[in-house]
Amino acid sequence: MSASLRLRAAVVSIALFLAFLAVWHLATRSAGPAANMSPEYAKLMGATATQGKSAMPGPLDVGEKLWEHLRRPFYDNGPNDKGLGIQLGYSIARVGLGYLLAVVIAIPLGFLIGMSPLISRALDPFIQILKPISPLAWMPLALYTIKDSGLSAIFVIFICSVWPMLINTAFGVAGVRKEWINVARTLEVGTIRRAFTVILPAAAPTILTGMRISIGIAWLVIVAAEMLVGGTGIGYFVWNEWNNLSIVNVIIAIFLIGLVGMLLDQVLARVTRLVTFPE
Amino acid sequence: MAIFDDPFDAERDIAPACVCGQHRSAAEHEQATLQLRCEPAESEEKRYESVVASAVMRAVFPQDAARRAFLKSVGASTALAVLSQFFPLKMAAEAFADAGTPEKKDLKVGFIPITCATPIIMGAPLGFYARHGLNVDVVKTAGWAVIRDKTINKEYDASHMLAPMPIAISLGLGAQPIPFAVPAIENINGQGITLAIKHKDKRDPRNWKGMKFAIPFDYSMHNYLLRYYLAEHGLDPDTDVQLRAVPPPEMVANLRADNIDGFLAPDNICQRAIYDGVGFLHVLSKEIWDGHPCCSFAASREFIATAPNSFAALTRAIVDATAYASNAENRRQIAEAIAPANYINAPVTVLEQVLTGAYADGLGGIKTDPKRVDFDPFPWQSFAVWMLTQMKRWGQIKGDVDYKTVAEQVYLATDTRKLMHEMGLSPPATVYKSFSVMGRTFDPDKPDDYLAGFKIRKAS
Repeated sequence: MSASLRLRAAVVSIALFLAFLAVWHLATRSAGPAANMSPEYAKLMGATATQGKSAMPGPLDVGEKLWEHLRRPFYDNGPNDKGLGIQLGYSIARVGLGYLLAVVIAIPLGFLIGMSPLISRALDPFIQILKPISPLAWMPLALYTIKDSGLSAIFVIFICSVWPMLINTAFGVAGVRKEWINVARTLEVGTIRRAFTVILPAAAPTILTGMRISIGIAWLVIVAAEMLVGGTGIGYFVWNEWNNLSIVNVIIAIFLIGLVGMLLDQVLARVTRLVTFPE
Repeated sequence: MAIFDDPFDAERDIAPACVCGQHRSAAEHEQATLQLRCEPAESEEKRYESVVASAVMRAVFPQDAARRAFLKSVGASTALAVLSQFFPLKMAAEAFADAGTPEKKDLKVGFIPITCATPIIMGAPLGFYARHGLNVDVVKTAGWAVIRDKTINKEYDASHMLAPMPIAISLGLGAQPIPFAVPAIENINGQGITLAIKHKDKRDPRNWKGMKFAIPFDYSMHNYLLRYYLAEHGLDPDTDVQLRAVPPPEMVANLRADNIDGFLAPDNICQRAIYDGVGFLHVLSKEIWDGHPCCSFAASREFIATAPNSFAALTRAIVDATAYASNAENRRQIAEAIAPANYINAPVTVLEQVLTGAYADGLGGIKTDPKRVDFDPFPWQSFAVWMLTQMKRWGQIKGDVDYKTVAEQVYLATDTRKLMHEMGLSPPATVYKSFSVMGRTFDPDKPDDYLAGFKIRKAS
């Protein structure tokens, strides 16, 4: 990419963003005070009813609240009210645990499936049926059997991130070029050594693509799972503010969820670039 | 109604003047049965002191006549002073207050962020749990099904539940049967039917055919009251309208989005719809059944068996908090204490309107009803019997029901009465009472006759 193209793209991005803010601001302006309301009655009512304020907050409200949150990201006012930094920390920790568990199980299993046509055929119907199930559909079952909401959330992350990794690993392992395996065989390399020195490096880009898809899904699901289970996490924060119909805070949380999701994706994209090789 | 059966009162009649023997006169008994509630003492220490002092006074003068003569000659305050000379009343009261060390001090109690949970929530910021030697975390929970599962899974030691839920769980309706018990009701009244502003000229329920209503949960007083209300106006709630279980916070958003026409919901949700200008209050639930229970404080039998002292201390804290909340003067302070994000997370104005009963009705008027929501801990077993009749009426229970056995097992009225006596409150003498719902009298001794009196019910 040339420098001038990058610059022009940045200018267009900023212009789009400003236009979006302007439209947002105009669309959410208040419609002026409502007529004929006694002052005593108005005192008991919210701003949407008295000043015709739009139910949707404007960009200025959101900016102000965001600044408030950024100044105190780690406060702790008791079990139901913690700073955004702490909430995000909880969510990331849950995603991390469930995701690692999925890595530990999906990659060896994927290898097995990719290397053995028999296992591949035998497990195929199970994988095909389990894969399309919405992770949240597991939630009631998890709560009922695991009997712990924190672990249930981690289980849901595990179950949603395991499939893309498993399938990509199997696909990558099965797709390693026959010549390379035959060369290894001619040199009488053992199965274990073959797996680690030939197949793993060859399949690594595909495996990492699967891992990148998984982390994206895991981050999508944790928000929904935490909204269901409650307690802590950014999903709980969204739910708690939704409970108070505080759309400002919900918008801030949406923005942060997007930001963290992008960061997680970028980290894995970097790692993928490291293991990619030219053919 | 006298909270204490005061032995320092020389004027007190020795022979009981009323039917139940709890009150000084028949008039007082009348008033008490009308109110059926316990008023709080000025302070807890004072109350415990009075309990101990009364006991000592009775021990010193076991004969009523002799005690009366003594009181008449020296006066009550002198008698108390003399008594405290010989007997360390303060110390005894302290010892009495912390009866039984809790087996488990760090407890988790779940709640749903609505004003029904006021006593459970305020117990934390206002120190009611701490006063009874407990360290309680009150944990906000996403919905009724989640709170049920978390309590069954023992993540919570006890929970805020809708009054019919412990009955449903114990009977295994919508869950595996697990014995649960209710030591205290949280609130009475405090719900309402809220309609979308566009229906402001459609106040007659007979015109509501085809409308969509939201209720918080299937096993809720809200469900039974709304069905009852509709049926009394000739609508069959199963065929003429649509009822949907919707989590309370989503009710206001759904009302705004025109997905529902109204709801029978817990407060602060009704007031919140008004505050945001999307709905108006059609009727308070109080107008359907004045004094109806709504939410309960519930724990599993297992918890009660393994940690009886913790359970007793919890119940005492809840009863204390309930008594405090029932005093109208304290309501503003409570509204401020439970409004922050850590608790209910709602505007203080909304909570104040709910708790003080001076509220905007959504149509431009201000109404005042100090009993809009009220707090009374006594778990009347007749409440449970009534709920069972409605569960049967709407097909949630099939076949015969042993009303009283279920009621006695789940609603621990007898235990709570004992505990309230120990705390110096005077609970009602019976565990069943008759009441009237929309003019129809309910006799807890004849639930099946009551049930047979309804024309509109689910065919079983």
